[in-house]
Amino acid sequence: MILFYLTSAVFLGWSLGANHAANEFGTAVATRMVKFRTAATICAVFVVLGAVLSGAGTSATLGTLGAVNALGGSFMVALAAGLSVFWMTKVGLPVSVSQAVVGGIIGWNLFTGSQTDVSSLIAIVSTWIVCPVLAGGIAALLFAGTRRYLAGHEVHILERDVTVRAGFLVMGAFGAYALGANNVANVVGMFVPAVPAGSTRLFGLVPFSSAQGLFLVGGVAIALGVATYSRRVMMTVGKELFKLSPVTGLIVVAAQAAVLFLFASEPLRDWLVTHNLPPIPLVPVSSSQAVIGAVVGIALAKGGRNIRYGVLARITGAWAATPLIAGAVSFFGLFFLQNVFTLTVSRPIPYEITRPAFERVVSQGVPADKLEALAGARFRNAREFKAALRDTPGLAPADVRLTLAAAELRRYEIDPAKIVRLDLELLTPRQIEAIRSLAWTSYDHTWQLRDALVRESSQWAFLPETRRNYIHNRDLETRLRYLEAAFRVNGAEASPE
Amino acid sequence: MAHLFAKTRLLESKIDEYLDHTSEVGLLFLEAIKDYLNGNHEEFESRRQHVTDLERHGDELRREVERQLYAETLIPESRGDVLGILEHTDGVINTAKMTLMRLSVERPEIPSNLTRGYVELADYGCRAAQELVMGIRAFFRGAPLVTDFVHKVGFWEKEADKIAERLRRDIFASDLDLSRKMHLGDFVMRIGTLSDEAEEVSDRLAISAIKRSI
Repeated sequence: MILFYLTSAVFLGWSLGANHAANEFGTAVATRMVKFRTAATICAVFVVLGAVLSGAGTSATLGTLGAVNALGGSFMVALAAGLSVFWMTKVGLPVSVSQAVVGGIIGWNLFTGSQTDVSSLIAIVSTWIVCPVLAGGIAALLFAGTRRYLAGHEVHILERDVTVRAGFLVMGAFGAYALGANNVANVVGMFVPAVPAGSTRLFGLVPFSSAQGLFLVGGVAIALGVATYSRRVMMTVGKELFKLSPVTGLIVVAAQAAVLFLFASEPLRDWLVTHNLPPIPLVPVSSSQAVIGAVVGIALAKGGRNIRYGVLARITGAWAATPLIAGAVSFFGLFFLQNVFTLTVSRPIPYEITRPAFERVVSQGVPADKLEALAGARFRNAREFKAALRDTPGLAPADVRLTLAAAELRRYEIDPAKIVRLDLELLTPRQIEAIRSLAWTSYDHTWQLRDALVRESSQWAFLPETRRNYIHNRDLETRLRYLEAAFRVNGAEASPE
Repeated sequence: MAHLFAKTRLLESKIDEYLDHTSEVGLLFLEAIKDYLNGNHEEFESRRQHVTDLERHGDELRREVERQLYAETLIPESRGDVLGILEHTDGVINTAKMTLMRLSVERPEIPSNLTRGYVELADYGCRAAQELVMGIRAFFRGAPLVTDFVHKVGFWEKEADKIAERLRRDIFASDLDLSRKMHLGDFVMRIGTLSDEAEEVSDRLAISAIKRSI
């Protein structure tokens, strides 16, 4: 069955490769500086390397699709995202795969009545504007700098050719490596918990885990997409929107890389914070949108003539359409999967204002008398519970938010057998000690588990939200999520009395 | 990095050698015309032979450069322009070679009062060729001076036209036989073609230089 589910992930990977290769090699191929075959080969090799060597981080392997809590649901979300990206690729438009995945998840949320994280929606819409503007600005600056440099330095036309070509190959290879490393989790990440753990040695030398095997499958899928179907989008990026010269094509790739590095790089931000420097704000960025922004930036820096606004309008329309299509396909597809093929597409997350939840929200200032009518009642999902809260007179939006967070039922059992299997490198000795002292306990709410951990060790506590504490809190959140995924008892959320 | 540029440098040197030939042909052309007009026929034949040899070697170099540019898909965005410039530069060399060959075969008798005009005409053609070569070098090296050289080529071509017109008027106003007038007039045209050819290449060069800007 896992193999069947994996087909949609492979399809998503293929679509991703076909669409995103243009971000790394589109301008190189369209300006004829690198042959398509060369570009596809380098891209495919480095995508697979990135996927296998850097794609499998311990805690982040679930990817965005980790929010979907049943493999049937993940299958449909991946298929929906893959289909929407495939369609856009077929018409030659560069779009964001992660936005398609988020669109698919929103379709799943709507279908299952789960809550949708509004911030992810805001992030998508802001990315459409912020990312191209940043990339366009950087590209225009790089263009002006390059032009000034070339005006003051005599570079033979053939040497310039060789330099630009080498630049395309090196940056394309780096970009392809990052493409594999950053995106493979979105493609196959949700299957990691479903494959049997274990590792082997490749050629008797290199350790190779089963998760890495899965990432290899994802990487190969992306590589196949690059090799078989990526030329069309490449031409749109490098030629149809605005005819780029080889030098400006390289500037586009550099500007895109700079945007991803400056505005999406947590290591860079961490480095700045630890050196008491003002951090660059992390904004959601997409390489596809950065590339288009960079092309337009250069076109404007060259006077704004010859931009094909019709193509630009089609591209930006595709950005908006992609998550919408993925959401709609996901929603209706899930309906079919569940009702026609009787597949499990989600594990219901019920809500109940249990006694501890009641006490918690009341201590947080939610009026007790308003909630009493709902206390003890079981709601099938977030949508029903939210509707009931909204129908309750006298509850402010903040009260609704606090109650929703406190009443979500998720069962956790701290099974000593699972403690043994934890990745100890991720946790500090005191954190592990705290988990061990909670052995054989169980919890019905996520916040209960978190509170229990804090009681055992202050190393499980969040620090006040200041700039300096940002890294600590972010890492702690990652560890907590890892722990919650490890001890969650699926299908047993409905246990409390 | 040195390895990266090794092959490129070899190709660059071939292009440079080809341009050296073009420049040398221009200079030899002028000296050969002077020799002919001064009656130094042995010297003239020796220079003519030298021009023929340079033309042959230049052809080989040009073909090799063109083959390499195509085979290794170098400078895809400017390849057409570069090939056009190199091929039309060959026209300058060919014109010089053919003019000297016809002088050698037809041996026109040029009246002494006209020799100065012929020398000036050949000199302006030679200057136009020299400026053209410098312009092409500047184009390859990305120097911003291409338009200056293009302008100078145009200047010498116009000067050559003026001399050519004056010479033809003088020839046809003289008491010479019509057949001789026609013969001498034809050589004025042939020698003047050198600067015309140079100007044609420089026009291409001007457009290519604009296209070469990033």
